[in-house]
Amino acid sequence: MNLVNLNQGQSAKIISIEGGENLVKKLNNLGIKEGLTIKKVTGLFTHGPIVVKVGSTQIALGRGMAAKVIVEAL
Amino acid sequence: MKVLLVGNPNVGKSVIFYRLTGAKVIASNYPGTTVEVAKGFMRFFDIEAEVIDVPGTYSLEPTNKAESVAVELINSADLIINVLDATNLERNLYLTLELIHNTTKPVLVVLNMWDETKHKGIEIDKEKLQELLGVPVVATCGISGEGIKELVLKIKQAKPTKEESPQRNIWPEIGQIVSQVQKLHHRHHTFLDMLEDASVKPPFSFFFGAAVVFLSFSVIRFIGEGLINYVFDPIFNNFYTPLIMRLSNFLEPGSFLHNLLIGEVAGNTIDYGVSFGVLTTGLYVPLAVVLPYIVSFYLILGILEDWGYLPRLAILGDRLFHRLGLHGYAIVPMILGLGCNVPGALATRLFEERKEKFIAATLLAIAVPCMAQTAMIINLLGKSGGQYVFGVFFIIFCLWLILGRLMNIFTKGRSPEILIEIPPYRRPYFKGVMKKLWLRIKWFFKEAIPLVLLGVFIVNLLYFLRVIDFFASIFSPIITKIWGLPKEAIGALIVGFLRKDVAVGMLRPLQLSIRQAIVGAVILAIYFPCAGTFFVLIKELGIKDMLKSIAIMIAVALSVGFILNYGLTIAGV
Repeated sequence: MNLVNLNQGQSAKIISIEGGENLVKKLNNLGIKEGLTIKKVTGLFTHGPIVVKVGSTQIALGRGMAAKVIVEAL
Repeated sequence: MKVLLVGNPNVGKSVIFYRLTGAKVIASNYPGTTVEVAKGFMRFFDIEAEVIDVPGTYSLEPTNKAESVAVELINSADLIINVLDATNLERNLYLTLELIHNTTKPVLVVLNMWDETKHKGIEIDKEKLQELLGVPVVATCGISGEGIKELVLKIKQAKPTKEESPQRNIWPEIGQIVSQVQKLHHRHHTFLDMLEDASVKPPFSFFFGAAVVFLSFSVIRFIGEGLINYVFDPIFNNFYTPLIMRLSNFLEPGSFLHNLLIGEVAGNTIDYGVSFGVLTTGLYVPLAVVLPYIVSFYLILGILEDWGYLPRLAILGDRLFHRLGLHGYAIVPMILGLGCNVPGALATRLFEERKEKFIAATLLAIAVPCMAQTAMIINLLGKSGGQYVFGVFFIIFCLWLILGRLMNIFTKGRSPEILIEIPPYRRPYFKGVMKKLWLRIKWFFKEAIPLVLLGVFIVNLLYFLRVIDFFASIFSPIITKIWGLPKEAIGALIVGFLRKDVAVGMLRPLQLSIRQAIVGAVILAIYFPCAGTFFVLIKELGIKDMLKSIAIMIAVALSVGFILNYGLTIAGV
């Protein structure tokens, strides 16, 4: 399962990021990294970006990137 | 001694910078406010230090131009003040550990936004953190100034590290540190938390966004018009006109000096829109037409910036912007550009790819009218009816969409997806908003008003030397046949290279029809950026891309002017 098909409002554990080194680094910089718990705030109805909450911060990321973030629903 | 303020985007570096140096810089609640380096001075003990406010960066390996600027500067530092958002310790520590491991510079760690940790139920043991990091740690609240004194006192404790010891993966180390120094407590959701989530969740987010945008423009218009009608116009008409009339009698109408300073006089009063003297139109345009809208625009923008709404607007607009080859965060340069194109052009540094920069900069120059220009368009067309003012902006907006779409198709390169941190909503501080407003008004006085006066002076000189007549006869086929404007409109096009507001003002004395006024206003908006924007764009895009951009501008101005002229004629306007 990835961030795109995770349900809105669901929390999940990040299993891996299936992207190039650069993408992994950029996502890590913002706190999206393996092993962390993440909550999907929105991204259900529209084709716009997906908003997630990591710790106390909200991050918006495009769908292409979100599809590369593999998660396991909690 | 050179002191650098380094940290992630939107942790409050600019506020700390202001606290340390007293130098005034724009600080807002969204990542990427600072794209240029700001310098100031501070004294501590008896050392004079140069303090540099560096654009935010997440790591020492840069991903965009603003970040590369930051990383390059670090090599020249004698001391690094690493500012952290204390409510985001884990993520912020990445850069901190990079600074400690990968450089030998003395580092001082500042846990900013300390007050917010309490509201958020975050408890940080800063003594323990200091021990684990091996560098001095202070807690501050930049906005209230708490902890700044301690920061200054601790500067001396920051010592160079012995050797560089770069590590490939520092996340495990961060995890260990955080687990030892930070405790999270449960807390109840506040109203702002709920609004934070709701304002990014469709469909509510769209209604909310539309309401915020509509309300903002309504208030800007209300305050702008109010200031003109009840403050500036009465001042000019009741106090300034009598003075000018006395000067007019003294100088004698018709003399060179009279033409230059006062221009045309209508009976025993002055129409500031048409007189075109340095002391009449030259002062009236910037002070009584443009300034009121500058004040109202930047007041509302300041509130939106400090509240933290702009990144959320970026999410709403993301899909639209993707069709233009940009992503949602392009809303930041566009909105800044509505105030003045210069900061808008500088903000294109937030983009990573050449394609994005090129599209954003070209759109900004062509189809984002600055507030000075907007105010003048309202002044030119408002009396004939609000629908014409609306019409001009609607045409420019459609152009923005079409042109963006075309450039997306024809520009080579990649358009990356959005990836941004959305800051929490914060209550805008009255003092902070006012300080920022004052800073921008001062900038307008310093940078814009002299150019407006110069513009009016040049207009008079060009008329006097018959230069305008000369160019008018050369370009008259384009101006009269293609655009349907009187050939004297060339004067406005010439001055438009310098200032757009003066240029739009020059259409007033030409007694244009509604159709001509609409065509003229649109062409002046799109044909070329003003001098200030032009030079920033050359720097940001490079000569080659700038030439391409200019070619697009000219082609667009010619064709759009032609289509509008004939379209409106057919439509019977």
